[in-house]
Amino acid sequence: MAGIDIEGLATVYPNGVRAVDGLDLHVADGEFFALLGPSGCGKTTLLRTIAGLEAATEGTVRIDSADVTRLEPGKRGVAMVFQDYALFPHMNVSENITYPLKVRRVAPATRSGVATRTAGELSLQGLLERKPAQLSGGQQQRVALARAIASEGKVLLLDEPLSNLDARLRLEARTFLKKLQRDLGITTVFVTHDQAEALALADRIAVMDSGKLRQLGSPREVFARPSNTFVANFIGSTPMNLLPGKVTSESDISVVSVPGGSLPAATVSVPADAEVTVGIRPEYLTVASGDISGPALRGGVVVAENLGTQSLVTVDCDGTLVGVTVPEEAEPSPGSAVVLTAPATRVLLYDRESGELLARQPAPVA
Amino acid sequence: MRPDFVVRRIGFYVLICAITLFFAVPMLWIASAPFDASPGLGVHWPDWTLENFRKTLEHPYAMHSMVNSLLICVTTAVAVTAFAALASYALSRVRIPGRDALLYGLLLLSSVVTGTAAMVPIFVMMFQLGLIDSRFGVALVMTGGLLPAAIFILKDFVDAVPKSYEESARVFGASTGQILRDVVLPVARPGLATIMVWAFVNSWGNFLVPFLLIRSIEKQPGAVLMQTLTDEGGSVNLQVLPVFSLLFSIPVVVLYLLVNSRYGFRFHGGIKS
Repeated sequence: MAGIDIEGLATVYPNGVRAVDGLDLHVADGEFFALLGPSGCGKTTLLRTIAGLEAATEGTVRIDSADVTRLEPGKRGVAMVFQDYALFPHMNVSENITYPLKVRRVAPATRSGVATRTAGELSLQGLLERKPAQLSGGQQQRVALARAIASEGKVLLLDEPLSNLDARLRLEARTFLKKLQRDLGITTVFVTHDQAEALALADRIAVMDSGKLRQLGSPREVFARPSNTFVANFIGSTPMNLLPGKVTSESDISVVSVPGGSLPAATVSVPADAEVTVGIRPEYLTVASGDISGPALRGGVVVAENLGTQSLVTVDCDGTLVGVTVPEEAEPSPGSAVVLTAPATRVLLYDRESGELLARQPAPVA
Repeated sequence: MRPDFVVRRIGFYVLICAITLFFAVPMLWIASAPFDASPGLGVHWPDWTLENFRKTLEHPYAMHSMVNSLLICVTTAVAVTAFAALASYALSRVRIPGRDALLYGLLLLSSVVTGTAAMVPIFVMMFQLGLIDSRFGVALVMTGGLLPAAIFILKDFVDAVPKSYEESARVFGASTGQILRDVVLPVARPGLATIMVWAFVNSWGNFLVPFLLIRSIEKQPGAVLMQTLTDEGGSVNLQVLPVFSLLFSIPVVVLYLLVNSRYGFRFHGGIKS
């Protein structure tokens, strides 16, 4: 088992696009690591550069402390599962699983032993003689995983592992994948554009944009304290509210005025009158009842969208739309006036120009 | 139903029948004449006999020319398939500037190269190479003529093999040769079969190339020999010719049925968006 060290890595395409642009990253031994970002952010290129399918233009990739930057993919000790699984259609499941061993000229008897054992681990018993076309999407994915495991790589790379499955199967496969990774303890890097998938699976997430790293952290950190407005926008199934604000008072708790009222912020190092962007997740806003003395937002309900056990309510605060999630039984009717409050620890302040998070505050109590 | 509609329908079917008959009569002749005791140039119910088959088997060159045809066409089909597979793989996977122009240029020129226009230079070239009156020479010229179109058609099949298959094999440590043998060729097998049959059929019916390049009658393939099947008087040998025609058409039909049953004919026509 091995970690991955990436230093100053850049992958530049012949047309001059810097798909990966000077990246430093360390993936610890046995870690389940997510590369997350919108399409075209360079996450797949980064994965392919680790695998050796794309040549690094600058920088180094180390796997298990050995420099593999200039090595052929087959010599790096990586195993990869492709987005379309890349199962060979003319080979049956058993032949597919043991193809990595066939390449290394392992004896057929040993190969069939490995096929049986690996198929057992991934509950593929009884399917060994089938062709990939005769399998369901979930089974195909497990065959691809079995093949990667049989190749005995030190590092497992997964390109969009769940995107080819339908919605219901995806949840099942997600649980399966996480359990498998725990059981094997193999260092795993996976690429996804789905923030929910990254939050659910990964030990740590690297959020990427334009070939650069925008934030690196545990799912909890990335969700609760996005370090810039890009990450704030990207993470969360309901996007974070980003409002133009101005710091009005500076004491133990700063107050920022935003359209429709003001919010408290547990920030001390921002001077009064500073122009900031205020970030607050819809989940952390509450609809207050009765009179409110502290800082609050006032507005009228525009629409309410049902999310199952919760509703996403959009409130018009002086022309700016603010989203807030409320429990299903407390859904306000459209047109009614509401007052919104938020705990100071959940209100984040970003620099108006750079979009970077301002003044680290004590980590919120989860 | 209105009367003019009925009249139009009847007229339409009569026309269809006439056209069908036009193409069916020669087929009926091939089916009936070989078994007829007194074969002529017309189609009639045969006076059953197998005497014509005996005559054909005893003919000094007839069966031998079939062997020549097989030799030439199998060589051509195998060579075309092998070279087209390698070339189309390279053209499909390696990025070279002007690749599409090259492919279309090849295709355009190929219709000239084996065509009548290029016959004189080809003859001179084969003469200088000492390949006149050689069955291998004929196979070589036909291979050259069929290759561009074969590459063009096969490239579509190879393009359809997902790149991730190869990359997956590469990550597992497979060499280029192993990838080609284990992954690309098996996946593109319907395409290879199509090309092989297509090359075989094309060279089987080719008259011009062997007619010009082969001198001795014992090396001639069936397509050329057929026009020399005359009796001593110079008129067409109607006992041997029908049987020979029937036998000559069998390999093509058998090959077509074989490939069609295994893969289904998938001609993409080399056209791609």
